[in-house]
Amino acid sequence: MDLKGKRVLVIGERDGVNAPAIEACVKSAGAEVLYAETLCFV
Amino acid sequence: MVVEQKGTEDVVAVLGANSAAAVEMTALTLMSGDPSYAGPLAGVALGIPSFHILEPEIVGQIDAAIYERELALSALAMDVDEVVAPMKSIREG
Amino acid sequence: MRYPVITGVANVLAHAPGLVRHGSKPLRDLAGDPGLAGAITAHLRSYDAAVGYAPNQAYIGNRDPEALRALPRPWFNALDQGASADGAFGDFIGEAELLGLLKLCDRARLVQVDPATLGAARAGLNRRGLVSVAEMDGLVPGSDDAIVKPIGSGDAIPLWLDGRVAGSIARGHEQDEALTANVLLENLAAKSTGVLALRRLLRQVEHRLGPDDIEFVIAGSEEAVGDRYQRGGGNLAKAIAEAGGLGRATGFDVKSFCASTLYGVFNAAAMIQAGIFSRVVVVAGGSLAKLGMKYRAHVAKEMPILEDVLAGIAILVERGTDAEPCIRLDTLGLHTVATGSSQQAVVEALVMSPLAKAGYRLRDVDRYATEMHNPEVTEPAGSGDVPTGNYRLIAALGAMRGEIARDAIPAFITAHGMPGYAPTQGHIASAVCYLAHALRAMRSGKMKRALFMAKGSLFLGRMTDAADGVSFLLEA
Repeated sequence: MDLKGKRVLVIGERDGVNAPAIEACVKSAGAEVLYAETLCFV
Repeated sequence: MVVEQKGTEDVVAVLGANSAAAVEMTALTLMSGDPSYAGPLAGVALGIPSFHILEPEIVGQIDAAIYERELALSALAMDVDEVVAPMKSIREG
Repeated sequence: MRYPVITGVANVLAHAPGLVRHGSKPLRDLAGDPGLAGAITAHLRSYDAAVGYAPNQAYIGNRDPEALRALPRPWFNALDQGASADGAFGDFIGEAELLGLLKLCDRARLVQVDPATLGAARAGLNRRGLVSVAEMDGLVPGSDDAIVKPIGSGDAIPLWLDGRVAGSIARGHEQDEALTANVLLENLAAKSTGVLALRRLLRQVEHRLGPDDIEFVIAGSEEAVGDRYQRGGGNLAKAIAEAGGLGRATGFDVKSFCASTLYGVFNAAAMIQAGIFSRVVVVAGGSLAKLGMKYRAHVAKEMPILEDVLAGIAILVERGTDAEPCIRLDTLGLHTVATGSSQQAVVEALVMSPLAKAGYRLRDVDRYATEMHNPEVTEPAGSGDVPTGNYRLIAALGAMRGEIARDAIPAFITAHGMPGYAPTQGHIASAVCYLAHALRAMRSGKMKRALFMAKGSLFLGRMTDAADGVSFLLEA
């Protein structure tokens, strides 16, 4: 799946990969971020 | 919610959970709606495919320096194979 | 001069199955489907089962968390041999006692509790040496009318005990959303369990200190005490100090989500280091909102609802002596704005930086206390094993830096980590729940140093997308 041009919903996890990190990554691949949230399960 | 406004064409989700169970639940909810355990998106059946940020086909598209800074540690800390294992079959429904 | 030291810690629990229905998740679900009440009730466990639950025994100090590894899972399947509600670190009170405490701590005449429950509370709390007969006698029991009528009119919510309505708590204002009965119950539950911990701590040190020896109280829990014009006005610390009889003290609250309590310890040490005070208590009550958070998964998997306890903690920090473990203020780990959000930067800030400041390597730390949430609570809900996830981050960074071989990561985690055991009570599970254990181990010469690291999920409040954290070394 080519990220370039895709619109992305970012759902990160605090102790996994958080939303700002995912956002930086997918933007570097040419995607647009529509929504970004980090979940914390505890 | 934002996707209800803008439509779901070309929309994908990218997830960062560090356990297969967590990523599975979110991915299933986004694809076909899974209200059982009620995460933040419970009850929403959007048909949106999910990818884990550490799936090889995603990682390959990320700038190397950004990968190093944002993902390298997580890739070593979690069992990537185990965490990404459910993703493909959930996408394929 | 030596850094400020920790000289006493109380870890307490209050069984609260009747309050599970007022937890945030159950409350919302029940509003949509009242029929769920049956399933919830059917999966609540008895006081004996909660006391006999090995992780709870670990929390109150009757076993070491490390020893949980040897016990077969699921831990809820077998009562812990030799379990006792009288923990080495503090009490595990029953729900009648908790309701009596709510009434005792209620300064706004909101709580009604029936005579039988108050009587049971008085007997239990008195046996524990935590209340005086006089103060319990001063509590007016609620009549049936006083309890039930306001529930019927929508002005109060019920307090259940063993399946019956044993009391109620009223809203504090007709319109103010910050003073609803549910909000006030949440705040009062935090106050009451904080008071429970404080009173237990005072009993622990009463041979050498009285209430008037405590000069300041810092509270680090996660409720929001206020009214509509100042929803987070706060200072539950002073309310707790008052109910603890600390006449010479005042205090304030410290807040950073789950990092609150550990920040409170840092703050207390800093005040003492600055020479302002000699003795500061850090206290935190439990989180009513988190009761039953994962109940759906527990019910679906035919497990008992494990999130049926409120936790409390009280920590005494004093001027440095050679006899007690000190808070190494020269080893603070801080997650600054510039640290950013990369997981690697966070672990470097909270683990590597403190160690580097002290000239230590990863293996020089005997034990790492991180987010110690009981995995038996979180795994069924798909939330993973939080402590292990954190240990893997630390070990992985060690591997990246060449301090640990990759294949030595599991052994490192076994040697320097421990299984999760704390109830999922947010700030309580974040490192501070291990202070009592570390104090015990260091006093007996079994441990030299431990790193305490707590994280706060600030992003949940939508004012930032950053997280926060704080850490420091505790050293004998």
